[in-house]
Formats: sequence, structure tokens, C-alpha cells
Amino acid sequence: MINPPVTDFATDFDHTDEAWVADPYPIMDDLRERCPVAHSDRYGGLWAPMTYDAVAAIANDTEHFTSRTVVINNGRPGDDALPAPIGVAPPISSDPPFHEIARRLLLPAFAPRPIAALEPFTRELCNQLLDAMGDADLVDASVQYAEHIPVGLIAKLCGLPAEDGEQFREFVRIVLEGVDLPAEERIEAFQPVEDYIVPAIVERRENPDDGLISYLLDAEIMGEKLSDEHVFGSILLLIVAGIDTTWSAIGSSIWHLANNPDDLARLVAHPELLPSAVEEFLRAYAPVSMARLVKDDFEFQGCPMKKDDWIFLSFPAANRDPKAFDNADEVLIDREINRHSAFGLGIHRCLGSNLARMEMTVALEEWLKRYTKFELNASKPTTFSQGQVRGPRQLPLRIIERR
Amino acid sequence: MKIHLDTGKCQGHGRCYSLAPDLFDCDDMGTALVLVTGELNDEQLAKAKLAEGNCPEFAITIGD
Repeated sequence: MINPPVTDFATDFDHTDEAWVADPYPIMDDLRERCPVAHSDRYGGLWAPMTYDAVAAIANDTEHFTSRTVVINNGRPGDDALPAPIGVAPPISSDPPFHEIARRLLLPAFAPRPIAALEPFTRELCNQLLDAMGDADLVDASVQYAEHIPVGLIAKLCGLPAEDGEQFREFVRIVLEGVDLPAEERIEAFQPVEDYIVPAIVERRENPDDGLISYLLDAEIMGEKLSDEHVFGSILLLIVAGIDTTWSAIGSSIWHLANNPDDLARLVAHPELLPSAVEEFLRAYAPVSMARLVKDDFEFQGCPMKKDDWIFLSFPAANRDPKAFDNADEVLIDREINRHSAFGLGIHRCLGSNLARMEMTVALEEWLKRYTKFELNASKPTTFSQGQVRGPRQLPLRIIERR
Repeated sequence: MKIHLDTGKCQGHGRCYSLAPDLFDCDDMGTALVLVTGELNDEQLAKAKLAEGNCPEFAITIGD
């Protein structure tokens, strides 16, 4: 089942619509002026706030909004289908007070120092990918580069074989795309994900290593080992949230540079601008929109929200709000003050933000060491992902100058 | 002028200790820690303002 095309996003919002996938930014700007909270009867009822203020308020309001499920689709988790405070993929799907317990288990593994230790591995991985691209003038920066980097990192972190990466991308597709399918079809499609992760956990229980699966199997909450569902959910979270997000962020950055030769030349000449450029790419092309469910009937900024309505929590729209950012519609790679919300706001701040920033920085550094001039290869299509994570999936380039 | 960090608001985005590592550090969870609690000199003040302006959670303020 494919949803019908949207004619007015203000009253019939759908983030899977072709027009939104192709270029959401003018739609966000228009809705922010007109609404600023768009609505839809699709997915059983959905609200889409477009201002920074509304997005920040909802992200910080765990009293009225639950994270019980964060991927908008046609189904709803029944109140007892899942352990409600934990959710399917803790901690992203957990609410207080359990959320903090699940999160604190994982935070040390993603803190700056352990992530910095992965930098040499990441650099080597990037160079292997670049070496494999050889001296070809026509390359695909998504298919041959961006998509492989987070797969390599997540596999290494979890202690899973790097060659399983191809399957991880398929899992991501199953969870995050096809969201307008009937709920039963989505559950059926999910089976291969379970068939991969469950045996991987069994294997690590028998043969522990220093990866995160073993770490979670060994962890305790108040003297008790984690439930199998908890370990499964957290590994699912790392695979799903750790891959197409960073893949998108790296891809969007290279896409911007291919389209903006002045920014490319400036970054090649002044690599010291890379940290601020990375933050600006994160602001302007934030890959992730989250979701919440309304806990009970509640009026928010004049909107009569009903229990179990979806909230499409668009950090990309917040990041383009001119009330929160000067020259919000311009990409300024030397922007000094940048309180962007690409990694979310409040208690669910992206657990992997240090990892993502490190991957982006290293991936762009190594890319720009080789390719100093490139442009879109207009003879092939550039395509973007559909759903709550946005980024290039095909990014054909023509290399003009290399070193 | 001094650095004020609201640890209740800090969510560990890590902007402050990336931009001003002489003024901020983090604990094992990635939560920010203030290294310089006293009066800031001019150079420190500029860095502290950079950290303040880049904190997504508005957890840092620079004041008396």
C-alpha cells in the first residue's frame, strides 16, 4: 500500500511523500509560516511542528509525550504488547524513570575517550574504501563510500563480522522504510532481523568477547542481568540508529560540497574549518526526525492532540527556523554560534553523537585529502532516502581534480 | 565573569569540551564538567562564550 500524493502538507502531512523526500526544506519553511504545526489523518493521526520552540518543548516534555515507539507507521504498540516503560529498543523507546537506567548502561561506551580510540580504525577503513575506488573519474560517494563507514564501526563495536554489513543495511531498510505498509506486513518483514540478532546473542553468551553484545549480557540492573528482550532491543537500536544516520550525514556533506564549489575550495584550502563545517552540515542537513506518541488527550500550542496521535519531531525543521538561527536558510561553513538540534534535545540526545561526529570528521578529512574538486554526475540520478532519516542513497559524482 | 553550568540541563552533547577543552572536560558518561570555576581572563571569556553559544540545551551561562 502506497499513500496517495499529498496536495496540502498543512492538513494532510506525510513525510513519506515524494515531494518531501525530494526537497523538504521549502515545505518546512512554508508550513512554519502558515501553521506552524501541520496535521494529518494519516497513520491514525499525526502532528508535525515546524518551529524550533515547539520541537524543543515536545522533546523536553516526557509527561505528555511518550517515546514508546519512535518510527511512525500504521500500527500502535498495544499497552501490553511491549514492556511499556522499556519499549522495543531501549533506551530510545524508554520513558523515565527506566530510560536513565538503560541509557547509563550504554553511555560509557559512547563517551568521547572510547570513541576517540576508534579514530585510527575509522581512518584505515576510509582509506581502504578510497583505495578501492582507484583512479576512476565517475564514483558514487554513497554506494562506494558513505554507506560502508558506519557499518564497519557498528560491526566492530558490537563484535559482529564486518562482512555482515550488507545485511545490516537491509535491517535498517526494514525498520525505517515501508512504514505505510499494514502493521501485519511490517511485523512479518521484521522476522529476518530477529533471525540474525537472536543467534548472535546466543553465540556471544557462549563465547564472550570485548564487544557491546557481551558487555550488555554481562551488565546488571539492580543486581539482575538484563532480559533477553532488553539486550536484543539495544543491539537492534545500535544497528538501526547507528548506520543510515551517519551514512546520511556523510553523504549530505559530500552532496553539499559537490553542489557548492566555493565551499569545497575553501574547505580544501582551510581544513581548520572542518569542525565548524561539520556542525553546519549537521544543522542544515540534519538526517533524523524522531517521533513521539501523545500520552493522553492534551492541547499543545492550540492543537487538540488525542491519545496515541503521532508527533513527527522534525529536528531538521527546528534547525531551519529563522527565529532560532541567523540566516537559517544559508549554509555557512564557518558559522560560529550553532546550537543545532541534529542529535535531538533533552534526555534522548543521540547516544552515538560522539561516534557520529568522529566518523563524519574522519570521512570528510580523508575524502578531501584525495578529491579536491568534484561535481554531481548529472547523467545519473541522485536519490534520497524516504522516511525519518534523510540522506543521499545514490550520489554519483564526477571527480575533476585529485591529489 | 564566571562559567555557570546547569548539570540538570546538560545532556552530554559535548560541544563545550570540544570547543573549549581548557575550560571544560567530561565524566565517564560524557556529561560536562567545568575546569575553571573562578574569574575568567579575556581569552578564557571568549572561549567560554563560544561554548555557551553552542550548547544545544542552554545549560551554560556566563555571568557574575
